[in-house]
Amino acid sequence: MRDEVRVTIGADEDLVSARAEARALADHLGFSRTDATLIATAISEIARNIVVHVGTGEIVLRAIEDERRRGLAVIAHDAGPGIRDVQAALRDGYAGDSGLGLGLPGARRLMDEFEIVSEPGCGTTVTMTKWHMLDELEMLRERRRRG
Amino acid sequence: MSVAILHHGEYVIASIQSDLSDREVMALRDDLANRVGERRARGLIVDVAALDVIDSFVARALRTIAETTQMRGAETVIVGIQPDVAIAMVQFRLNLEPLRAALDLDEGIQILDRLLHRGSPDAR
Repeated sequence: MRDEVRVTIGADEDLVSARAEARALADHLGFSRTDATLIATAISEIARNIVVHVGTGEIVLRAIEDERRRGLAVIAHDAGPGIRDVQAALRDGYAGDSGLGLGLPGARRLMDEFEIVSEPGCGTTVTMTKWHMLDELEMLRERRRRG
Repeated sequence: MSVAILHHGEYVIASIQSDLSDREVMALRDDLANRVGERRARGLIVDVAALDVIDSFVARALRTIAETTQMRGAETVIVGIQPDVAIAMVQFRLNLEPLRAALDLDEGIQILDRLLHRGSPDAR
């Protein structure tokens, strides 16, 4: 399995493939079933925002690592009108009674790191990461493998 | 659509068979509202065991299904929420009020029986 997967988001059905791809990559990277579900749920929300508010965009799923841990980074980008007030969009219930507006704050709670960069006219990029801690045994094995 | 719909006495059982797109979720919502009326059902069970993601959209649709069927004279129970899906829903802080949930189909039927036939020993 490749360590980077790109999913084009343009329609409703693309959410289904984005969720499936996220789960497959998370499994491949050794995430627990629960973590894979948290990641897939966060991606579903971000992908829906693209479909509903912009129409098209792209989500990149990427395996990342540092010395201690492995992770899965999600980079969602669209070239839409941008979010005028990012801080407000991250508050619960921002979109009012429509029931929308749960997506961004909810997704943020499911992931370890979460960042939105958005400028009016330049689109929006959401970057979010879930880390998978290696336990001691795995770290020893990893060290040996690398020599 | 990958939802199996069964009729069991005065209950309608909708068993979701695979992950659904948003459009399919909306179609299910509309179909169930109709069906509860057509069958004069008193109870509706939605089995979501095959869903490995319940995000805000699906949660809202389930809530709408429960509220709509109640206006059509039936009670709804959601069964089969997977353990990892339950964890994600709690961490997300999805509000499921006023949804009623049960572990599996058997328990869902028991809940409906209790709700609808409270106190009548020869019920059903």
